Amino acid sequence: MVASASGINAREKDRKKDKDEAAPPTLVAKKESEGVFPSTYRPYPNIATAIRGATIYDGKGGKIENGVVFMSGGKIVSVGGPDTAIPADIAVFDGAGKFVTPGIIDIHSHLGDYPSPGVDAHSDGNEATSPTTPEVWAEHSVWPQDPGFARALANGGVTALQILPGSANLMGGRSVTLKNVPARTMQGMKFPGAPYGLKMACGENPKRVYGSRGRMPSTRMGNIAVNRETWLDAIDYANNKDAKRDIGKETLVGVLKGEILVHNHCYRADEMALVMDMAKEMGYRVSTFHHAVEAYKIGDLLRENGVCSAIWADWYGFKMESYDGILENAAFLQREGACVVIHSDDANDIQRLNQEARKAQKAGLRLGIDISDATAIQWITLNAAKAMGIDHLTGSLEQGKMADVVLWNGDPLSVYSRPEKVWIDGALMFDALDPKMRPVSDFELGQPGEGDVK
Amino acid sequence: MKRFASCGLSALAVFTAITAPAMAQDVTITNARLVLGDGGAPIDNGTVVVRGGSVVYAGPASGAPAGGTAVDAKGAWVTPGLFATLTTLGLADVSAVGESNDITAGGAPFSAALDAATSINPTSQHILVHKAAGITRAATTMRPSGSIFAGQGAIIDLDGDPRPVIQARAFQMINLGEGGAARAGGSRPAAHALLRAALREAQALAGKPGLPETTEIAKGDDVLLSRFDAEALVPVVTGRQKLYVEVDRMADIRAVLALKQEYPRLDLVLVGATEGWLVARDIAAAGVPVIANGLTDLPETFEQLGATQSNAGRLARAGVKVAINASTMQDPRRLQQVAGNLVALNRVPGAAGMEWGKAFAAISSVPAEISGMGGKAGVLTPGALGDVVIWDGDPLEVGSVPTRVWIGGISQDLTNHQTRLRDRYNDLDESARPKAYDW
Repeated sequence: MVASASGINAREKDRKKDKDEAAPPTLVAKKESEGVFPSTYRPYPNIATAIRGATIYDGKGGKIENGVVFMSGGKIVSVGGPDTAIPADIAVFDGAGKFVTPGIIDIHSHLGDYPSPGVDAHSDGNEATSPTTPEVWAEHSVWPQDPGFARALANGGVTALQILPGSANLMGGRSVTLKNVPARTMQGMKFPGAPYGLKMACGENPKRVYGSRGRMPSTRMGNIAVNRETWLDAIDYANNKDAKRDIGKETLVGVLKGEILVHNHCYRADEMALVMDMAKEMGYRVSTFHHAVEAYKIGDLLRENGVCSAIWADWYGFKMESYDGILENAAFLQREGACVVIHSDDANDIQRLNQEARKAQKAGLRLGIDISDATAIQWITLNAAKAMGIDHLTGSLEQGKMADVVLWNGDPLSVYSRPEKVWIDGALMFDALDPKMRPVSDFELGQPGEGDVK
Repeated sequence: MKRFASCGLSALAVFTAITAPAMAQDVTITNARLVLGDGGAPIDNGTVVVRGGSVVYAGPASGAPAGGTAVDAKGAWVTPGLFATLTTLGLADVSAVGESNDITAGGAPFSAALDAATSINPTSQHILVHKAAGITRAATTMRPSGSIFAGQGAIIDLDGDPRPVIQARAFQMINLGEGGAARAGGSRPAAHALLRAALREAQALAGKPGLPETTEIAKGDDVLLSRFDAEALVPVVTGRQKLYVEVDRMADIRAVLALKQEYPRLDLVLVGATEGWLVARDIAAAGVPVIANGLTDLPETFEQLGATQSNAGRLARAGVKVAINASTMQDPRRLQQVAGNLVALNRVPGAAGMEWGKAFAAISSVPAEISGMGGKAGVLTPGALGDVVIWDGDPLEVGSVPTRVWIGGISQDLTNHQTRLRDRYNDLDESARPKAYDW
């Protein structure tokens, strides 16, 4: 039997060989569904760990005094009150007087794409050569050695972040979500299972960049027109079985199918309303408006459309479309029942998203809008994760989720508090009490201040 | 009463000439958690007495003189108004809207001669918003654009009245780092040569014999220094006007300190000084104060490789007079947040922060002293201007804001564009009329 089968196989191989020689092989690129540029991130070794006695904000609006967080195998195993059972013989940290939150998540970062030092040779965030560049992927610009990643970890407790292309273009390209772990390659940071996003921009930036070059769009109406034509082309592409592959249109079709989330830079209330209408026209959904300075004017509309607003606490007045920025933006949105995310868009503010959340919370309180501390923490944890499509994996302290955890040395919403320890997938990646538990990027080796607490 | 100061007057002479504003009320603020701004710890059950626009008493309730309208702070924090340095307040409405922006003038043939005092807009929303954030006085300046010289900055108040300038031409600012190098033609030596040429020209104009006199320093169509600019540098080279030098790198800081050997009368102030901690003892020995970047901790440029949030704290420990620099912040109203972060650093092993009182002083009395208003602003001591703020929380805690602000003894209206928008959109009800009728 075996010999016979081998004989058949040999004959088939010969026939196949003849055929191969007769016609060149068909060359086929892998499809995205087959996994291109796959994540190579693997959680680092971890030991079963518990934190006992801390005040816990679970990221989904809950607060537990004198609580217990138990993580093992890289996952959250249990979260509860002081009676929560934990095994003997595991690492236990005393959290008395301290606080625990999920890892902080920044939905809007350019770390790696606009890294430090911010020299022209590092300016990789805006493919500002065409008003629509859905074909570019932010991950192909990420420099993993950007020292900003370590600062976001050590000072901000940031465990996951979305890197977006810049806002020069109406369609800036794909975003990538990263775990905030040092790595030699982008793939080593790439968040396993995170969906892609499409960065879009409305308003001043695209019309300025292209209008100044004497080309469309030079107006807001031009912005919308170019967008609509591009979407129509993508719909035609999706309906044409014989169409030649087009990387940009693949991204747009991914949006139309609901697989890729739209992150739209948009400041003004009236423009956000237009974009939501355009999305309805074309059959896609906006996940989140970023920099939504005027979102407070249309909290009802944003709630009805299920669109999140990713906002700063206090940026205002630096450009015309930010002139109506107010401190109460987040609080008004929260009161309307709309989704609030606090974002950074900044290599410095990403280090203090907790403080930005407090500013926004306090502004509401002064008007009698009482937003709990636990809810303010949700703005920079679970809400960000939801808007990025990773809330089933991280963003809250719930059984089975990634053990992305921050132990703060005090109230995490206070200016006087700092991260003491940060775990990512259960692995301790930062410890303020241990100088060697502080990542130093390749760029910083041998430079003034190497390994300083920074 | 505010007045313009000529460069010929010393700052002291100017401020002693300040008299009571007509509208100032005599006010006594009681039951305060009182911060004097002098670096000390808060005083519980404190009292502040302001008469004729000036502080006559600040301290424990027991020692306070009677009289004046009484305001019960009900245990709230009461502080001097914050002094913001270095800002561009009053020089732009929207920085990205060129027509509204007087911060830079890259197309002008002038540089050192530019005078911020000629264009401060006291009703700029940025001034009104920052007043509502507890900032009562500020040093405000243009940015270098056509040359290494930014021009002459002013000391202003934020009360929104028609006379915002309390000292014109208080300082000249230059950049001798990467920014100055680029504007001088592409290198630091070019920037230093331009500075020396300009100062020699100013010396000649001041009557120093034996020096050559040029008419203009130019390259191609760019005027780097005109005669008018050189004249503006006379008070700098003679030490009557402060010279703020923006530098970050350790080597550049050393080069600035060395200028004193050539030009002993320069009244130097370092701005930025990101790597100052690496040369802190030299700065302290030179007696040069620093308007330091507070939280800059990224190597954003090659001249900031040593950036650390411990910079200000380490400088202060070495004995340097340190104020926190507002110019690299999103807005100067983040000064309180930065100071609070410096307090937080004290609990991080290996880091250097500041005790609470020192951190508050770094955004109140110390910047006032550096700006030539020592004892007059940023502090609640007898004789100081009546700039007083009552807060709704710890003033260094994020989210705390003033509930009352006095400037020169005058109670301030804290309304501005932001508060009006806040009030209009406090609900989204348009059932009767559109929002445009809600005002």
